Amino acid sequence: MPIGRGLRTLSISTVAAMGVALGLVFFYAPIEAEEGFLQKIFYLHVPLAIVSLCGFVLGGLMAIAHLRTRDQRWDLRSYVTIHMSLILGVVVLLTGAIWARGSWGHWWVWSEPTLVSFLIVMLLYATYQPLRFAIEDPERQARYASVFAITAGAFVPMNFLAVRLSSSYLHPRVLGSSSNLPPPMALTFGVSLGAMALLFATLCSYELAAKRTRILLKSSSRILGYR
Amino acid sequence: MSAVAPDTHLPATGGARVPPPAPRSKPPGTLVVVAALLRKELLVELRTLESVPGMSLFAVSTFVVFHFALNRSSVDGDLAAGVLWVTLLFAAMLGVNRLFVADAEQGGFDGFLLAPVDRSAMLAAKVLALLAYLIVLELVAVPAFGLLLLGPSLGQALPGLLAVLVLADIGIAVIGTLIAALAVRTRARDLLGPLLALPLLVPVVIGGARASSPLLSIVHPGGLQLRWLGTLGLYDLVFGLIAYAVFDFLLED
Repeated sequence: MPIGRGLRTLSISTVAAMGVALGLVFFYAPIEAEEGFLQKIFYLHVPLAIVSLCGFVLGGLMAIAHLRTRDQRWDLRSYVTIHMSLILGVVVLLTGAIWARGSWGHWWVWSEPTLVSFLIVMLLYATYQPLRFAIEDPERQARYASVFAITAGAFVPMNFLAVRLSSSYLHPRVLGSSSNLPPPMALTFGVSLGAMALLFATLCSYELAAKRTRILLKSSSRILGYR
Repeated sequence: MSAVAPDTHLPATGGARVPPPAPRSKPPGTLVVVAALLRKELLVELRTLESVPGMSLFAVSTFVVFHFALNRSSVDGDLAAGVLWVTLLFAAMLGVNRLFVADAEQGGFDGFLLAPVDRSAMLAAKVLALLAYLIVLELVAVPAFGLLLLGPSLGQALPGLLAVLVLADIGIAVIGTLIAALAVRTRARDLLGPLLALPLLVPVVIGGARASSPLLSIVHPGGLQLRWLGTLGLYDLVFGLIAYAVFDFLLED
């Protein structure tokens, strides 16, 4: 398969989906009664958090595929997925802090279990790259990174369970359960989620294409005798 | 890993002068291997005393540090549970960091891989060894905590605390062994071990601290809450299975 096939289609549909999502967020979704305009950050923060967490778990599943098939391409996919999830995760923490500051007056609140769990997950995944690049042998690097990705992928739901149990009281919030949202908000949320998922897929495809190109370039220059 | 049948024919390469292979019984069962490896681990620890005394001393020193850092001569409730679990966790990290160092530096991995035995045996033996270290650590640290810092008497809290400690120790031992094996053959392993293990062990700290806080409380003494024991048990089960599934891949070269 040629490297980078379908990137253009994917990019165009991502831009279109993001445009529709932003249009819905600003012009269609009603202003929330209690939090006002600030609540709009919900349509950025929560879909990004969901996509990023799914990315972490997906990275674990790809790592299982790598260990089962010994195909290095699965390791590359797992690496790229986790890398992109980490980047989106930083945005999640920033938007979460802004939201918390706006609605509760503090940059950080410990009583919001989802945000706390997310921080713990981020702290764990922040060690993925230091671990990976502290191993020289490429084959062992891939294997160890996969073992980490599987363990950490299973840790994500376990951690959410434990942190949620530990917080006995909850702030009033719109977060999380989209089932009790009024229909216009639920629609906007759904479209935003789809757009963020597309954005994630596009970013992953770009990084994957770049990495594959670099690998190809290296191997061909070795064949041609360049250094 | 098939057993060599005793009456297998030798290949006919002028085999007359080749001495017949020693009659081999079937390869040892996993339990025998685990017992042998565990015996080796404990023997090495007894002879070198590299981990357990250091861990225990570290725990007692940490209680002294907490006394001055908190400016309290006795703690109870949430604070007591926090001090106890932070101390135990960090002391455990010392043992985790040293767990595979001898195997990596002195050829223990190579020797083990040459033996025709199940590789999961090493996981089981290391988990049990680390569990033993943790138990000895707590035999020192928990009475020292009761003596130095704890406000209410340790006696009434002890039965409940024992259950929490056992469940949490299993989780720490499993994750600690997995992380130690993951980190030991990297550059900067002393740094990576705790960095990887601390976030992974946050659920253990949550379960352990929340379960022991009412046991150590003067104002609102309470019994053992089953949901924390359940959380710890679930954690042990999930990560026990995961460690069993992925550990073999760490031992391939």
